[in-house]
Amino acid sequence: MTTAAVTTLPARRSQVTDNYLTQDRRLRSWLFTLDHKRIGVLYLATSLLAMLIGGLLAMVIRTQLLVPQGLIFHGHGNAAAYAAYKHYNQIFTLHGIIMVFMVLIPIIPGALGNFVLPLMLGAKDVAFPRLNLMSFWLYVGGAVLAIASTVAGAVDTGWTFYTPFSIHTETYVVVMLLGIFLIGFSSIFTGLNFIVTIHKLRPPGMTWFRMPLFLWGIYATSIIQVAATPVVGVTLVLLCLERIMGIGIFNPALGGNPVLFQDFFWFYSHPAVYIMILPAMGIISEIVPVFSRKHIFGYSFIAMSSLAIALIGFLVWGHHMFVNGQSAELDAIFSFLTFLVAVPSAVKVFNWLATMYKGAIVLDTPMLYALSFLILFTIGGLTGVILGALATNVVLHDTYFVVGHFHLVMMGGTIIGFIGGLHYWWPKMFGRMYNETLARIACVLLFFGIAITFVPQLIVGAEGMPRRYAHYLPMYQPYMVASSIGAYLQLAAFILMTGYLVHSLVRGRKAPMNPWGGGSLEWTTASPPPHDNFAHPPVIGENYDPYDYRHLAYDPKIGGYVPTGIGDTCGAGKYS
Amino acid sequence: MTETVSIGKQHDLAQRHLAHHFDTPQQQFDAGKLGMWLFLSTELLLFSGLFCAYAVYRALHPEIFRYAGQYLDMPSGLANTLILLTSGLTMALAVRFAQLGRRIGLVVCLFLTICGGLGFLGLHGYEYFTNYREKLLWGLNYNPSHGPHGQAIAPIRSLTPLTVRSLPGGVGGWASLKALGRQGFIVSHSAIAPAASGPPGIAAGQRHTVRLAPYAQPANVQLFFSIYYLMTGLHSLHVLIGVILMTWLLFRAWRGDFSPRYYTPVDLIGLYWGIVDMIWMFLFPLLYLLH
Ligand code: HEM
Ligand SMILES: [Cu+2]
Repeated sequence: MTTAAVTTLPARRSQVTDNYLTQDRRLRSWLFTLDHKRIGVLYLATSLLAMLIGGLLAMVIRTQLLVPQGLIFHGHGNAAAYAAYKHYNQIFTLHGIIMVFMVLIPIIPGALGNFVLPLMLGAKDVAFPRLNLMSFWLYVGGAVLAIASTVAGAVDTGWTFYTPFSIHTETYVVVMLLGIFLIGFSSIFTGLNFIVTIHKLRPPGMTWFRMPLFLWGIYATSIIQVAATPVVGVTLVLLCLERIMGIGIFNPALGGNPVLFQDFFWFYSHPAVYIMILPAMGIISEIVPVFSRKHIFGYSFIAMSSLAIALIGFLVWGHHMFVNGQSAELDAIFSFLTFLVAVPSAVKVFNWLATMYKGAIVLDTPMLYALSFLILFTIGGLTGVILGALATNVVLHDTYFVVGHFHLVMMGGTIIGFIGGLHYWWPKMFGRMYNETLARIACVLLFFGIAITFVPQLIVGAEGMPRRYAHYLPMYQPYMVASSIGAYLQLAAFILMTGYLVHSLVRGRKAPMNPWGGGSLEWTTASPPPHDNFAHPPVIGENYDPYDYRHLAYDPKIGGYVPTGIGDTCGAGKYS
Repeated sequence: MTETVSIGKQHDLAQRHLAHHFDTPQQQFDAGKLGMWLFLSTELLLFSGLFCAYAVYRALHPEIFRYAGQYLDMPSGLANTLILLTSGLTMALAVRFAQLGRRIGLVVCLFLTICGGLGFLGLHGYEYFTNYREKLLWGLNYNPSHGPHGQAIAPIRSLTPLTVRSLPGGVGGWASLKALGRQGFIVSHSAIAPAASGPPGIAAGQRHTVRLAPYAQPANVQLFFSIYYLMTGLHSLHVLIGVILMTWLLFRAWRGDFSPRYYTPVDLIGLYWGIVDMIWMFLFPLLYLLH
């Protein structure tokens, strides 16, 4: 006889009438909410808006590059061409800044993390709800400042702000930097909040190694957010002071060292790519076992590889600076460490594959996203290793190969992971199902869109086309056109997705408590959850295991899984 | 004159401050404390960027730091160090008094700490002011009329004329080498295998030559002042924030908000003040002492 893993009673009647969405409908109850679920929804809405803006800018870029001389921005004579290409620089700079700082970094922790972290943990809220709200508003404030700087004089430095150009350009760099600074603080506070929540708000019975792996991913991410973001904060302030007061630290004309800026910038921005990818990996670790109906393989390896990535990720920033005069010894060390950091990523990939092996795979939308992630992220990650090798880097640095690499990991990794997670938790967040067929079509479209956009970029890059150019040699045109077609496919996928998700909000079938048969605690409360998360605080028994699905059975009447109750075999032995 | 709060009232106070998502006041206190430690680590990281810039420039241009550091007013820096140390003590006492529920002690200690913070800011402000008058500033604004010891400023560093001195080896040679270092820049001295005895680099019983350049202003001294203003400026900003926070604490302490059951804000701001103190303990030797 074993105790039931989770003994939360449904108590359905009271929850149907009152959930976190309906319990107070006034606008100010949303804007000043301290409820982590509502803050998650606010993050979701704002970062999706940012993604829309960034995405439209991407469409401008891809349209420009349909023809070698540039379709939108071109000019005859030096002055006209200079002005036109400057606009192109402004467009891709804004695209990069929005996507990196307003979408990729905050979207998963802010939207999904906020929503499900306390639920998965079995807590009532995050540790500091007020700080959480403040983080959200800092994010909004920073985004508004950044966009305002664009209206005043759009920055044309690229998202990397390399000095000395960023000191001399006459565009509104200072306002933009202040905006990013605020967003950085928002990120720090979110990370801090999550770390404290995971340390101090785990209910009795929820030990570290009983936490769902998404929480490990978020935990590792939070460590990076807290440990790396302050450094970029001070770097951005220094760059502002450089422009306002001429302090000269990064300005060679005043004796300063521009390479120091690059060191500081990448010391943050390399770990930042793990801020983007670790939560997405966490989502994949949730989806794969649920839709393979099989216990996750190598739980502790996946958990620990997140921490390993977080830690080693701090030691590889020099791989962005192989060709800037860094000493050969440093180059070799950074290259070695770059190879090393690929190992824990690979550990995860193999564990996911092993989880699927001989599983009863269900190809629902979240799982399709997980599979897309596996393919696209693996290609992207391997191109990273190619870039990390010194000899190839010298050839490929600052070409489209780099562009292809990071878009494959960021679109094919972070965004695919995020959208997979969104589809996975959507019924929990809004209490509605979406149209499964349309969702699968959108996923396939997006998968091919991403592959067709970015794989040709790897090829043109390897053939020598530099990044950030507004025009190019005719020999590259076939690839560039293919890439643009891929981008339009992605646009189509997103339009379709918007359509059926909005339809789901209004008309969607009511979601059951546990539509996919997940074993973690968020599936033991109503969809959508009540204001206090659980009608009764979950009791986490001795044999609780979020990846054990054997006590769940599909009930066609409600279209979801229910605990079988009898013969509960939780903890009688793991599958793996 | 101490005031202790009755146990029943303490319990009420603790409960009143307990947010709905915590089970016990202890859990809430622990969470707050962990949060504060994490926040303080981000503060350290914020400064670490500047420390790193300091280290890099010092390694690349030691002559700038040796030269410019002499401009700073060491006694005033030392006075500030003592002030901050004392205020650290009074803050620690304030936390202790809060734990014991001794309101008057808490109020007095907070007041003294605030005075320390303000004293520090005043003295530092005065130092900034004198620097400003002498145009010891960052970037292109750096334009002092005389050298660190009141001497006329030699034109930008030139390595001629060089004096070549011959020194004895061993401990005596070491001492005269240090003495020479105060007269000018040691451009090079002849490489000698490590001695069996005596400080490394100077073999006992052997003579070696030293090439000495006169003290002239090295290039890019303004870099030192950029770093000096950034580090001390960021630190002073933190002192200022600390003073504001403690004024708020003082007000609440006066009102009697704190008790042995609930004194989290005092404890957390005490931690903050400790870190602010500690950062200065690094800034002072790095900027004022290490020439
Ligand atoms: C699997 C391990 C990975 C390795 C070994 C790796 C390696 C590299 C290397 C060596 C570069 C520098 C290329 C150059 O400029 O010459 C680079 C660039 C980049 N990587 Fe990765 N990477 C990996 C994963 C990721 C992930 C997961 C992301 C984001 C989610 C990412 C985002 C980026 C970005 C944004 C850049 C370009 C930055 C710029 O110059 O604008 N990488 N990567
Ligand atoms: Cu990197």
